[in-house]
Amino acid sequence: MPTTLENWNPGKAENRHPEVAYEVKERLFLETKNDPRYHEFLYGCYECGICVSACPTARFYDYSPKVIAQAMAREDVERIYDIISEDIWNCAQCFSCVRCPRQNNPGGLVTILREVAVKSGLQETKDVLQGYSRVIYKVMLKGNQVSPDMLQPDLFADWGPWVQNFSANMPIWKKAIPVDSIRGVTDAAWKVDRKTLLELYTIWFETGSMEIIKEVDEGLYDLLSDIMQEELEEG
Amino acid sequence: MTELTTVEEILERKSHSVRRDPKLAHTHDMHESLLELEAKGEIILQRVPEPFVEVTTKYGRLKKIPVEHTWHHKSCGQCGHIPGYTSSIFWLHRQLGLDYVDPTDQTSCTGWNYYASATSNMAAQASVMSRNFATAYETGYFPLIHCGTSFGHYKEVREQLVQDKELRDEVRRVMDKLGKPLVIPEEIVHYSEWVHIMRGKFAERQVVDLSGITATVHPACHYYKVVAEDAIYDPDIYGGQRMATVTTMLKALGINVADYSTWFDCCGFGFRHILVERDFTRSFAVQRKIEVMKNEVNPDLVVTHDTGCVTTLDKSQFSGKAHGRNVGIPVLSDAQVAALAMGAHPFRVVQFHWHSTDWRPFLEKLGIDWQKYWDEFQVDLDAIRAGTKSGVTWADADQPVVYGNK
Repeated sequence: MPTTLENWNPGKAENRHPEVAYEVKERLFLETKNDPRYHEFLYGCYECGICVSACPTARFYDYSPKVIAQAMAREDVERIYDIISEDIWNCAQCFSCVRCPRQNNPGGLVTILREVAVKSGLQETKDVLQGYSRVIYKVMLKGNQVSPDMLQPDLFADWGPWVQNFSANMPIWKKAIPVDSIRGVTDAAWKVDRKTLLELYTIWFETGSMEIIKEVDEGLYDLLSDIMQEELEEG
Repeated sequence: MTELTTVEEILERKSHSVRRDPKLAHTHDMHESLLELEAKGEIILQRVPEPFVEVTTKYGRLKKIPVEHTWHHKSCGQCGHIPGYTSSIFWLHRQLGLDYVDPTDQTSCTGWNYYASATSNMAAQASVMSRNFATAYETGYFPLIHCGTSFGHYKEVREQLVQDKELRDEVRRVMDKLGKPLVIPEEIVHYSEWVHIMRGKFAERQVVDLSGITATVHPACHYYKVVAEDAIYDPDIYGGQRMATVTTMLKALGINVADYSTWFDCCGFGFRHILVERDFTRSFAVQRKIEVMKNEVNPDLVVTHDTGCVTTLDKSQFSGKAHGRNVGIPVLSDAQVAALAMGAHPFRVVQFHWHSTDWRPFLEKLGIDWQKYWDEFQVDLDAIRAGTKSGVTWADADQPVVYGNK
C-alpha cells in the first residue's frame, strides 16, 4: 500500500460519519480534485487567517475558509466530507476570501464542492435545497432568476409593512415603469421572447443541467422536463 | 481520475523550486489569448465600438469602455425588485442622445442561481453566456452588463473558455444546435464603468445641488473581488487602493464621500441566504454595514453599484429598526443618483417607492417636494387603473424635472 496523505498524517479529522463508507468520501474528494478549476483555486495555505478575517460567514456561523483550504491541501477526506455535507452551504459566495496572499480561492473551492454535492445527490444537499425549488423553477423556465410576484408578504415579513403595500400595488406599479421590456411584467423580470426561452431549454438539456435537477429534486425535474419538452416539440 | 497525493509526490515537489507559467498567473492579461483564438477561427471576438474611452484597471491595463451602441444585458434583480435602477440607466442614455438596445432576447446569466444552489455546470453557464453574447453580436451592438454578479460571473466564464479547449468545443457544439456563433466580447463591461466615464457629462447637466450631501459607498464584491484585475482603479481614489467607480461619479456631482471602517465587507446578500436564510443577511447588513456607517459618519445616503447590494442594504434595515438599532439610511445605485441629479422624476424614473428605507428626509434635504411628484405619479396610476392609460412610457418620463434648487 503506497503512503498517502490519508494514511500518513496523524492530524486528520476523526470519522464523524461512520455511516458513509470511506470509499464514498474519497470519491467525492477526487471528483472535486479532478475539476479543471481545482488547481487554480488551491496553492497551499500559510494559515495566516486573512481569509477568515475577511469572511462574512465566519462572523455568524461555525465556518472557516481556512479550514476548507487546509483540509483540501492535506487531502483530509474525512474532514472534507464534513465540509461537503454541511459547511459549504453557509458560504455567502462574496469571494472576500480571495484576499489570500497565497492566491487561494476558498470560495471557488466551495463552488466546486457544491457542484459535486449536487451531482452526487447527497441527502444533506437535498435538504438544504428543498426550500429553493421555486427559484430553480423560475430561472430555468422563465430565463430570469427573480420576479416581482415572488415578493409575497408572508415570505418577506421581515422587510416590514412596505412588503404589504408593495404586494397590493405591484401590478399597477409595474405598469408605471417606462422601460419597454419590463413594463407590466409581473411573473418575470422582463419580457423574454419565446424563441429565446426555447434556446435556453435546449441549453439545459444539452449540457446535462436537467440531470442535475433530477438528482436533487425528482418532482421538480418531472415538472420542468414535461413543460420544456412540450414547448420544444411545439416550437 | 486523479488520485490522492502520495508523500513521495510531495517530497519530490518540495525538492526543487516551482516555476509557474506567468501566462497562468491570476494577474495575466488574457486578451492576447483571445486574439490567438480569433486568429485560429475558434471564436468571434467582438470589438468595442467607437467612440470608446480607455480607463486604467487594477494592474495598469487600459480597458475600453463604449460610450454608446450598447446592448443592455439587464439584471433580473434590478428589473424585478428595483426597477428604478434599470430605468435610470436607460434615462441617462436617452438624456445624452446615445444609441442603445433594450433587448427581449436576453436571459439572466443564471449566476445568482449558480452561486446559491450550484444546480448548474461549467458548460451550461458558458452556453448561457455565449447565447447572450451571440445575440448581442447579431444585432451589431456591444453588451453592457447591468448586474455586478453577471459581470463577475461572465469574466470567470470567459477565463474558463479561454483556458479549456474541451469546454470551448462543448459550448461550440451547443451553439451550433442553436445556430449561433461562439462570440466573446473584447471587453466585459459593467454599467458602472460607463457611469464612471460619463460622469463629466452628467455633471454638465446637473440641476440638483448635492454639495450638502454626505454619502458612503458600498463596493460590490462581484465587481472587484471576482477577476480583480479587470476592475477600474484610479490613483486619485484612495491612492489607487480601492476601486474607483461610484466614488468618482459621486465626487463629480459634488457629493462628499465619507469613508468607514467596514468598506471591504460584503453586504450580506449571500445568494441563497437572501432567499431562504435571511437571518444571516439582515444581521450582517445591519451590524457590519449600515450601523457602522451610521455610527462612524452618519451619511445621508448609501450608494452602491449592484443589484443584491441595493436590495440587501435597503430591505434589511426594517428588522434593525424593530430591534432599536442605529439604522435609517436610504440606499440608491450610482445610476439613480446621477439621474436624480440631472432632474429625473423621483417616481416615474427613479422609482423611490420600490425602496423601503425612508427616502423622504433625503429628498427634503435636497429641497425636493417629493409629495408634489408623488401626487403627479398618483394621477398616472389612477389613469392606469381606470384603463385610460396603458402605462408610464418614455413620453411621460423623458422630460427632466426643473427642481429649481440649483
